[in-house]
Formats: sequence, C-alpha cells, structure tokens
Amino acid sequence: MTDASITVEPPARAVPPGPASGGALSRYRTGALFLLPAFVLLGVWLLYPTIYTIIRSFFGPSGYLGGWVGIDNYRTLFTTSTLVTAIKNSAIWVAVVPAFVTAIGLIFAVLIERIRWSVAFKTVVFLPMAISAFATGVTWRIMYQQDPSQGAINALGRTVSDAVTAPGVLPSAIPSTSLLQPDGGGLVLKTPLHPGGVALFGLTAIAPADMPTGSKQALKPVSKPGAIVGTVWRDFKPGGGKLGVVEQGELGIPGVTVQLHDSSGKVVQSAKTDGAGTFDFTGVPAGTYQAGIGSQTFAKPFGGYSWLGPKLITPSLLIAYIWIWAGFSMVVVAAGLAAMPRDVLEAARTDGASEWQVFRRVTVPLLAPVLSVVFITMIINVLKVFDIVIALAPESTQANANVIALAMWRTAFSGTFDFGTGSAIAVFLFLLVIPVLALNIRRFRREV
Amino acid sequence: MVAHAETVVVPRPHDNLAARILRALAKTPLQILLVVIGLLWLVPTIGLFVTSIVPQSAITTAGWWKIFAHPSLATFSNYSALFHNAGLTGALKTTAYIAVGNTLLVVVAGALAGYAFAWLEFPGRDWLFIGVVALLVVPLQMALIPMFRFYNELRFGGTVLSVILFHAAFGLPFAIFLLRNFFVGIPKDILESARIDGASEMRIFLRLILPLGLPAIASLAIFQFLWTWNDLIVSLTFGTTPITVFIFDQLREFSSSIDVIAPASFISLVIPLAVFFAFQRYFVQGLLAGSVK
Repeated sequence: MTDASITVEPPARAVPPGPASGGALSRYRTGALFLLPAFVLLGVWLLYPTIYTIIRSFFGPSGYLGGWVGIDNYRTLFTTSTLVTAIKNSAIWVAVVPAFVTAIGLIFAVLIERIRWSVAFKTVVFLPMAISAFATGVTWRIMYQQDPSQGAINALGRTVSDAVTAPGVLPSAIPSTSLLQPDGGGLVLKTPLHPGGVALFGLTAIAPADMPTGSKQALKPVSKPGAIVGTVWRDFKPGGGKLGVVEQGELGIPGVTVQLHDSSGKVVQSAKTDGAGTFDFTGVPAGTYQAGIGSQTFAKPFGGYSWLGPKLITPSLLIAYIWIWAGFSMVVVAAGLAAMPRDVLEAARTDGASEWQVFRRVTVPLLAPVLSVVFITMIINVLKVFDIVIALAPESTQANANVIALAMWRTAFSGTFDFGTGSAIAVFLFLLVIPVLALNIRRFRREV
Repeated sequence: MVAHAETVVVPRPHDNLAARILRALAKTPLQILLVVIGLLWLVPTIGLFVTSIVPQSAITTAGWWKIFAHPSLATFSNYSALFHNAGLTGALKTTAYIAVGNTLLVVVAGALAGYAFAWLEFPGRDWLFIGVVALLVVPLQMALIPMFRFYNELRFGGTVLSVILFHAAFGLPFAIFLLRNFFVGIPKDILESARIDGASEMRIFLRLILPLGLPAIASLAIFQFLWTWNDLIVSLTFGTTPITVFIFDQLREFSSSIDVIAPASFISLVIPLAVFFAFQRYFVQGLLAGSVK
C-alpha cells in the first residue's frame, strides 16, 4: 500500500523554526535524539542492505560474499530463459497496466460526476485496494478455473457459446460397430442404401445421465418400399448384448438429425429420430445412398479457456491487477476533478463545446499532472509486482508468468539459493525505478 | 470520500419538472452501465465468500453461483473447522502482532523524525530530509538477501520482531515524508508560544504535535497496518507464518484445499475491509497526500 504513495510532490516549504531554548549544541543534540530511532532503522534495515546487495551482485552464488565473478550474474540475468521471460513479462506489465489503470480511472471519475450515487460506486470500485494482492490472487484463481462448471468466467463463456452454437445431443458418443465411420466430426454408415433399405446407427459410450430425455425402448426399423428407414439407439444394455442389433432393454435416442446423401454426397433429405430412435426418409427415388449423422450432434460443449495455462496466464494476471488498481486511479483523478476550476468547463460549454470536446480539450489537459502521477505510481507498482503472481499462477505456469520481483525471490529463496544472481536481479529492479527518484529530487530542488 | 463538486449551478431556461425528468431519462444508459460495472467489480469478492461457505464436496461438482439456486448448501462448517485449526489461529495472532507492532513503531519513529525535520534546526536538515525521501524508491527486494543472512547468523529469523523491524524500515521514508509535511503546516504561533513558555521539545512534541497531527498519523497508521497485514514476501522470506503464508502453504493443492483456502482468504480480508470502512476518510486522505496536492 505504501507503494501507492510514492510521489513526485515536493514537500511543503520549510518554515524556519523558532528561536530554540538552548544553545547550538543542545539544539543539535535534541535533533539527533528525535532522529535516532528512525535513522537506526533506516541504517540497519535499509541503507546497509542496499549497499551490501549492490556489492553482492558481483560475487558468486553462496557464502557471505562468494568468489568475485564480475558482471557474470548480470549476464546470467539476460541469458537464462526463465529470467528473460521475467524481463519480457515485466515489460508487458509496464506497457499495459499503467495506461489501462489511468484511462479506466479517468473514465470512471468523469462518468460518476453525472450520477447521484457516486460515493457508492467509488466505494465498490475502491474496495479491492484494501484487500491484499495475495488474497486477490486467490480470489481470481477461483474465477479463472478452467472447468466451466467451476470457474465463473468460463461459465459465462459457456453460456455465450451455447447461445451461439448449441452443443450436440451426444457429445461423447462413439459408434458400436465399424460399419459406422467418422466423417468430418459426424458419422456415416458405410453400407450403401437403396430405397426399401434399413440403416442402423448403434452408438455407445453414452452415460445414462447424458441420454436425451424422452427415450424409450428402441424399435427395430421395418423396411418400407420407396423409403429408407432406420434407428439410432444406445447399443448397450447391462450384461453386454449383441453389437449392431437392436435388442430388448436398449434405448432409442431421440432428437438426432440423420441425413441422407445421394451418390454425389449431396444431402437430399434429413430426418429427426423419435423416442424409439427411429427415423424414415420417404419417397426416395431409386439410386444409391448413404446415411449419416451430422457433426452438430456430436459437438462438444465449450470446454473453457485455460486462463491459468501458460499462454493466458499473463493476460489473466493483468486483468486481476487492473481490477485492484482502477479504484486508486479513479479516486485520485476524481480528487483532481473536484479541484478543477468549474468555470473553465462551464465557459467551454457555454461557448457551445460538446461534452466530448470539453473532455478532450479542457478536462484531460487540466488533469495532465494528476494523470501523470497515477501513471508513474503505477509503473513503480507494476515493476515490484509479486504477491498476485505467486498466488494466482499455479506452480506449473509460474515460469511463464514470471516477473522481475518474483524471479528475484525464486532465484534467491526458492530451491537454488543463488544469492549472487538474486542480488543482481534486485539491483536491476532498483535501477529500473531510479529514474523516478531522479524526477523526485529535481522537483525538490526546484521547490526547496 | 471525496467532496463531490456539484457547486456550479447554471440556470437553464426551462428548468421545470418535465425537463428534469427528461434529463434523468437521458442519463439512464449511463446509470445502467455504471451499475453493471459496479457489479462486475463486486463479483470476484462475492465469489470468494460464497466459495468459502460451500462444503468442499459441493464446490468440486458445481460452481459457487449455484448456491443462489440451492441456498441450503450454505454452511459455516468450513469456518468452524478452520477456527479449530491451530495453524490458522496461530497465523492470525502472528499477523496481528506484526501489523500492530509495525504500526506502532513506524508511527513513533516517524513522528519523532517528522517533527525534527519540520521544527528543529540543525545543519543539513533539508538535505537529510531529501535523502530520507529518496529512500522511498528502494524496493524491499534490495534488502531481502542481506537481512536473510544477517538474521540467520544471529538466529533471529522466524521471529515476529525480525519482520516488524524490516517492515518498519521500509515504512519509514513514507511516514517521515507524510508527517513532516503535515507538521510543517501546524501554525507557527502555537509552537513559538510554547517554546517561550519554556516547554521542552519533547513536551511540545507530546502535548501539541501529536494531538494536532492526529489526522495525518491516522492515515499513516491505517496504511502501515494494511500494508503489513497484507504482506506476503517479507514473512515468507524470514520464516514467520502470518495468514498470507498460511494460505500460501495450501496453494499447491488448490482444488482439494479450497475448503481451507477460500475461508482463510476471506478471513484475511475481513479485517482490512473493516479498517477500510471504519477509517475510509483517513485512508483516502493519506492516498491523496501522497499523490496530489
């Protein structure tokens, strides 16, 4: 949370202290006493380790210092594939997150100016800021579960996908005899058919729970002149039964669309099965035909995206992280908006500027300093990101999700205990955030 | 939270009831959009909570949202099991010790130094102050390896105090920065007259500065408390087990331990949320103090 507050604001102008009660020596002593606790803490726990880490980064993996290795640790940093992945990922984080967080915060801040319940909205969006990045990782890991019956995001995906293309009646069925052959996702009966013929589609591997409702005892098709009739049924009964034969105790499969192809492969008729699994094509002219079941019957339901898998893990992390920080950005920008001279906006509106023009030409330029503060703060936060990655990414994809701060920890404290390379990664991270330090000091010197 | 600036009311030519209703209607799409966004922002946290009150057997077969169709599934057995788990109660205690201890230490050391930088005169004061603020930028990763070694040699690792001291050092630059800037704004006359009356600096600090600086101190305390309550990396490195590390240890078996992970995560965020709601004003003030003028 402290990270949120790294700032480019100069301190208030120092007010000269009043005349001190004692002599010069006593004044210094008082000052030293007040500073002592803070300086001991900063010296031992911050300054000394920082210097040690910089030196340590030029030495070998173990021991108080280890052997001198020069810049080998830094070379390792840029040549080991997991570390290069970490640097690349951190670059993606820096490229994506600050821009999105700033933009979303700006949009929210401007929009909530027009509603009466802006406080409620701000509270809701700001809420994740109070939650630890670690707990957020756990929370989103639940959201991202791949199985659509468990992960909310994939459940939403399934709802949408089912609405667009309905899953098949028999996603898991397979043919019971080799007379039925797979054909472009569907099945086709290899036996040529003529009018008066009979087509049998025996299917297995259908769990009782997956049987379409309304199925009854399967009926053996009865051949009719000038027609091709057939049955689609679950070719299985307790104890086995004979494959390819409709028997007592086997169920017909209703709702399956069967297609009749002529010799050129064109679909000439299609029919749906009834509760007993029977279907018929009537008025079939003489010729040779083939019957088949279309692929849509076997279409698998939406299986869910692998949000936590190696490909999507970084985007998944970015979304969760933006979810946390959008509230921060919104609150800071809203404060900037509240402090903005309203008459400027009103003047622009009176002059006939559209809302978009006011936003684009007045609001955004006036907010530029605030927006840049949010942006810079987010760059630093993103470079140091750690907890959410370790919580959200499963161990199997942590190498794909690696970022600089996590790489540092994994190198130094997880398994290898390579303090030399670990120190080099820490220094690298430090170097990345130093430009902001320079900016800070420049501003101070201008003001003090 | 932040003052809402609806101050400028430009009189409109036909500001009657009909016009107002029309304007409200024109805003309806925006209202709906914002309601949807607000809900989206709430869903993950609700999901975590619901997951935490569903027995493990149910959560592996159906998503947490099914509970809205079968409210009878809800049970607090996960929670009661957890509160009988010595690991969790111990972790909660450790978390509380670390968070409270660090907050006290940072507030005391930060306020003393902030006062010195604001109101005492000594050579190099402003440069020292800039130096302290510059330390804000040091990532704590810079200190993990040396302190890990240092603690191990002193057999100090794994103690609550080792983590408190580490956190305090990294909390201090911001604390000193925030408090110094607030103390500087305290009217000079009050301090002058106290000094003329012969009050010692310590007395001025205790009797004047601390009470007057309370708003800034409150912001700082909340930040420090939340920061350390939510910390993972420091405790993980130095071998203490607050609640975050307790959950971290379960993550390897995410699905089968979800009946521990989800309620423990929810417990871990109840306290920060309570602090946030109770002291929202100070929280946002602290945030703004660090970011905008």
